[in-house]
Amino acid sequence: MRVLSKPAAFTPAAPEEILRPVNPWVIALTFLLGFLANIAPASGVVLALKPDFLALVILYWCIQEPRYVGVGVAWMLGLVMDVGDATLFGQHALAYAVLAYSAEYFRRRVLRFPLWQQAPQVAVLLMICAVLVLLVRVVGGAPLPRWTYAVPPIVGALLWPLVSVLLQWSQRPARSSAQL
Amino acid sequence: MRHVSVEPPPFFHRGLSPLARLAFFGVLSLVLLFADTRFRYLEGIRAVATIVLSPLHRAVQIPGETLAWIGGYFASKQALSDANAAMKQDLLARAPAAQGYGQLLDENAKLKGLVGISSRYPGAATAVEALYTGRDPFTQKLFVNRGSDAGIKAGEAVIDEIGVVGQVTRVFPNMAEVTLITDKDHAVPVRVERSGVRSVFFGAGAGRPPELRFMAPSADIRVGDKLFTSGMDGTYPAGLAVAQVEAVDRDTGQMFARITCKPLSGVDRSQFLLVLGQSAAQPPRPEEPADPDSVKKGGRGKGRRGG
Repeated sequence: MRVLSKPAAFTPAAPEEILRPVNPWVIALTFLLGFLANIAPASGVVLALKPDFLALVILYWCIQEPRYVGVGVAWMLGLVMDVGDATLFGQHALAYAVLAYSAEYFRRRVLRFPLWQQAPQVAVLLMICAVLVLLVRVVGGAPLPRWTYAVPPIVGALLWPLVSVLLQWSQRPARSSAQL
Repeated sequence: MRHVSVEPPPFFHRGLSPLARLAFFGVLSLVLLFADTRFRYLEGIRAVATIVLSPLHRAVQIPGETLAWIGGYFASKQALSDANAAMKQDLLARAPAAQGYGQLLDENAKLKGLVGISSRYPGAATAVEALYTGRDPFTQKLFVNRGSDAGIKAGEAVIDEIGVVGQVTRVFPNMAEVTLITDKDHAVPVRVERSGVRSVFFGAGAGRPPELRFMAPSADIRVGDKLFTSGMDGTYPAGLAVAQVEAVDRDTGQMFARITCKPLSGVDRSQFLLVLGQSAAQPPRPEEPADPDSVKKGGRGKGRRGG
């Protein structure tokens, strides 16, 4: 049996480690934080690099807790994001719904990998969302964005290990129980 | 399985399958998208939701503002006195024009009275500060810190100290959305300062230079010409600086010349902006001819906006 010698918070959970059930209020709080991170003012390089934090949080909970967070919750959060970003109604909603569905589809597969190997798969999922939004907007008459449009999904995937570890924090067993 | 809480086995199905839910919400999204792009049915809902979310918008600005305030507090005396000296120089450089301005206004009013032109309504102006640029990579938008609380209305022109920046497109209680002149298909009627040729300045989206469309290859426009608003649309008051012509490509094979421009104002940089109140009411449009035949012959394609 594996013994946790390091502090639990900032190391990823090993695949065989059993996590405690999550408190739904923790999920809601992380959604709020993700939303705030998304609407935080930014411009220039930061804006070009800034990933969609709310999408990352949704993806995490869809993979970890599909009983609480599924297509419907993701869709409603997308509507909130549409208002927050002043984009078209339904644009983020559609992207997040597809993200939640693909997470539900891939979750058993994704969970088998260590976090740093999950990142490329997350990149693909985020990229699918970005392409979907691009299609919807271009069909609606918007111009093609610059190539930097492809950067935020990649940054998001690079942040995935960090986001996962932070979100797992509330679910990590206390050290005493882990050392039983 | 990594969880203490065990999921129900697949034969205890609860609710719809994920695919069915995805189909349902996907179709709902597409309906919303269609309703929003084509008909703008949802502006009321959006306005209410924006008001609900505005405390969050305020909250996320506090860290940045605090940092800026702290930075300002520790600004060096040298930097401040330099800036002050530069401003005094600038003021002095503009002094002759400013001193002559009152006299010019008087003269202009008298002349206009003689010729019988109604004078330009000066209008009220509201100073605003840019909060943040829009996060939507497909549009060119800016959010400013005053809204209907300061009497700002949708459709009003926004300028900085050099020229036109954009137009107010949505107004919220303490915030307003400005569509920049570089937004795709955003049109500003302009006049070339040198030759007086009228044209329409169209934005082309991020990273693409705005252009003057539908100008004949023979039009009297040269590289370096300055473009000012013509005031023809009643949105932008006449005489505001807009852009400078950067390149003119007169390909004789094409029906129109390709004329690209560079905005003069700090469209995506300016921090302090001025929202110009709506100028005097335009005279009403003439009645469309009642006879449908004459509309077909004479009015084809008129009164339509591209985009």
